[in-house]
Amino acid sequence: MYEHDVIVVGAGGAGLRAAIAAHEAGSDVAIVSKLHPVRSHTGAAEGGINAALQEGDDWELHAYDTMKGSDYLGDAPAVETLAQDAPEDTMRLEHWGMPFSREEDGRVSQRPFGGLSYPRTTYAGAETGHHLLHTMYEQVVKRGIQVYDEWYVMELATSDEDEPNDRSCHGVVAYDVQSGNVEGFKANDGVILATGGPGQAFDHTTNAVSCTGDGHAMAYRAGAPLEDMEFIQFHPTSLPSTGVLISEGVRGEGGILYNSEGERFMFEHGYANNSGELASRDVVARAELTEVNEGRGVDDEYVHLDMRHLGEERILDRLENILHLAEDFEGVDGLVEPMPVKPGQHYAMGGIEVDENGQTCVDGLYAAGECACVSVHGGNRLGGNALPELIVFGKRAGRHAAGEDLGEPQIRTGYGDDVEDETETELPVQPGDAGLDTSSGVAADGGVAADAQGIVERKVEQARTRVDTLMDRDDGVQHAEIRQKLQNAMTDYVNVFRTEEGVKKALRIIRECREEYQNVYVDDPSRTFNTDLQQTIETRNLIDVAETIALGALVRDEFRGAHWRKEHQERKDDEWLKHTLISWNDGQPDIFYRPVILEGQDKTYEPKERSY
Amino acid sequence: MSTQQQQPEEPQSQEAPEDPEMRGAESPVDEKEKQGGDIDQQTTPEDELEGETVHIKVFRYDPEVEGKQEPRFDDFHVPFEKGMTVLDAVMYARDTYDSSLTFRHSCRQAVCGSDAFFVNGKQRLGCKTQIADLEQPIRIEPLPHQEVVKDLVVDMDHFYDQMHTVEPYFQDEDTPNPADLEEQRQSPENREKIKMSSRCIWCGACMSSCNIAAGDNDYLGPAAINKAYKFAMDDREGEEIKEHRLRILEQEHGVWRCQTQFSCTEVCPKDIPLTEHIQELKREAVKKNLKFW
Repeated sequence: MYEHDVIVVGAGGAGLRAAIAAHEAGSDVAIVSKLHPVRSHTGAAEGGINAALQEGDDWELHAYDTMKGSDYLGDAPAVETLAQDAPEDTMRLEHWGMPFSREEDGRVSQRPFGGLSYPRTTYAGAETGHHLLHTMYEQVVKRGIQVYDEWYVMELATSDEDEPNDRSCHGVVAYDVQSGNVEGFKANDGVILATGGPGQAFDHTTNAVSCTGDGHAMAYRAGAPLEDMEFIQFHPTSLPSTGVLISEGVRGEGGILYNSEGERFMFEHGYANNSGELASRDVVARAELTEVNEGRGVDDEYVHLDMRHLGEERILDRLENILHLAEDFEGVDGLVEPMPVKPGQHYAMGGIEVDENGQTCVDGLYAAGECACVSVHGGNRLGGNALPELIVFGKRAGRHAAGEDLGEPQIRTGYGDDVEDETETELPVQPGDAGLDTSSGVAADGGVAADAQGIVERKVEQARTRVDTLMDRDDGVQHAEIRQKLQNAMTDYVNVFRTEEGVKKALRIIRECREEYQNVYVDDPSRTFNTDLQQTIETRNLIDVAETIALGALVRDEFRGAHWRKEHQERKDDEWLKHTLISWNDGQPDIFYRPVILEGQDKTYEPKERSY
Repeated sequence: MSTQQQQPEEPQSQEAPEDPEMRGAESPVDEKEKQGGDIDQQTTPEDELEGETVHIKVFRYDPEVEGKQEPRFDDFHVPFEKGMTVLDAVMYARDTYDSSLTFRHSCRQAVCGSDAFFVNGKQRLGCKTQIADLEQPIRIEPLPHQEVVKDLVVDMDHFYDQMHTVEPYFQDEDTPNPADLEEQRQSPENREKIKMSSRCIWCGACMSSCNIAAGDNDYLGPAAINKAYKFAMDDREGEEIKEHRLRILEQEHGVWRCQTQFSCTEVCPKDIPLTEHIQELKREAVKKNLKFW
């Protein structure tokens, strides 16, 4: 068994930042990741980092824009923390050598982004995430922080009290992808999940193949609720054939969207009369699909994004990476023709419920980055707000896990006296455990409460049994079939436009996937680098996460942010200024709600109509 | 743990029909390897491939599975789709025909650097190599000169060790207090100077293509030298640290080992002028009157 003070799961932006912070606070910290750190999906982020750096801008404007962008579902303490900490944390990246784009006077460049009242998106070409990821990995190397790369974390080692709020997390169980050995990692002070997004729950996504919601699913099964999972961002400009992302930076620099009739539809069809192409992402994604649905799409599928008028020099200077992506993945030369684009699943606003310090309701269990929901992004994330979230809340989680006092959080977590139970919605099928799979995150064996070491050991034994069971089965169904069925259901029925009947259909299909998963088997008999086994375990995680997305989409009968419901075309502030929380409840999911916090430190963010 | 794949042996249990392109043990360098270049000489126009299947031959090896302990090639026929890449083809083969087919991959957009393979005799990123640009049958092998763990997966530890040798992190203890929101100034020209070097995605294609690295296990290799270049050319680091970096680079297994064959530059999927960067560092070392090997 390995032992450290703090274990960070995942080595993207949030995980690396958390590890550095914990290390600086004097902790013995280790990173356990299924990928080598530089392979993490943070590297694919293109646009930039929002931070109020310049005179004339200030954090309060950033907070206001973020709250408006969230459609008033962000929690003010989280939003204000983000806006206040982002400038200093962005500067720290510069001091670590990150190659930001520069102005003539040598200062870092900033550019306009959708939904921002000031050009505060700090960037490094159109490959900001790549530079952020590598810069932070460099700092991890500098500090000699231990990295267990290509170790796949399967489960958390959590105690088994009845109430999740009484439980505690003491480590993780992981298997070494290269050898197939399953081992325990004991964490004396805390486990920080930084496992990224669950984009692979969808068929058309900008997310990497590795974005399988592992942290979401493990925390969920261990008792931490998942929050606002129905809020999925569909990025307006992904390439149609692969889902590869074309940065919002293109529109930030002046790129224009046209329909098949050559109309600049964002203005000409009145979707966003002031901001046009730079309206919030949810607004632009719906506009594009409306154009396609009304017969003005190109090839009935996509629209055109044109940047030719920016000129070759400016494009090469600021958006060169976009030219490569369009050429390599769509065969289009962005200098001579418009690029085809359509909405693609891009980001999960929701995630593991945490407070401003990254803590879940389970003692010793933290989450940061896309897998967490603080909640900063609420109903819709603004472009350029994901990277500051990684560095701000990764840092805070790392410090807090290492024992630093960050003050009493204002955000509450877990089931408590401030929540309201869901009572009205009729579910088409029973969600949750299908009965045969025993891989709960909780060390429930009915035995006496063990010490931390005993809890980890018991979980290791369960995980070994689970692997053996999957490997020993000789026939049944393979994960690829289940995963494809799940992805199709989500992209068909829980996409940009959602209907009650569609979402119910998705829930039924998810249930089928869960039942089929009882007969899943791993064909590859090898213990060496068995990706068949790893993907099989990931698929289970995707099923759990997809189900919470669909459940959230069904119960929230309003239109807010990225969540659009055909039968409910208005934002219902009287009823829905609250977060959706779904708790695994040992296989019998519970749905409840917690009010959103709109009171900031100096002012209250009054919900206003959101127009761009 | 694994077999050294210096040059794959003629597979003994090969199921495929005789392949005229197949290298024999006697002729370790095949024609295509010599030609290099971005695409194969004879390719099929994309529209002619519509509705067709693509023939791929994939290297297979697993140290603990009977029948795979001796390296072999498996044949797969994959339905062609417009825009299909080598990665798409092996993913299709894995998900449809053989779930034990093993390779690294993640982002699918040439930024994570996981899927560098040896495709038709050249190091390429699977995700940004179009099937339509390749001659069939397409031979897909693990990166040469690295230990094979299984199928297309190679052991990257040596590559990472070399990257870490050059102290790949910004070194300046004299930075401002972040709370003052004061950045270190850098001219756009200097930022442009390091731009290409900063694009490296650690895929290992360059190291695998380098004959010197193949013969000298201690050679830092193109990727690590390029990483050092990024810092050495960045004006934000002081002169003292630059000299320290040059001292690491001018050692016996450093920049002077490069014989300017340009093989690394030819295979780099991010078009980094690696050989030029190495040459520039040699000049810098001379200017500083450092030891000449």
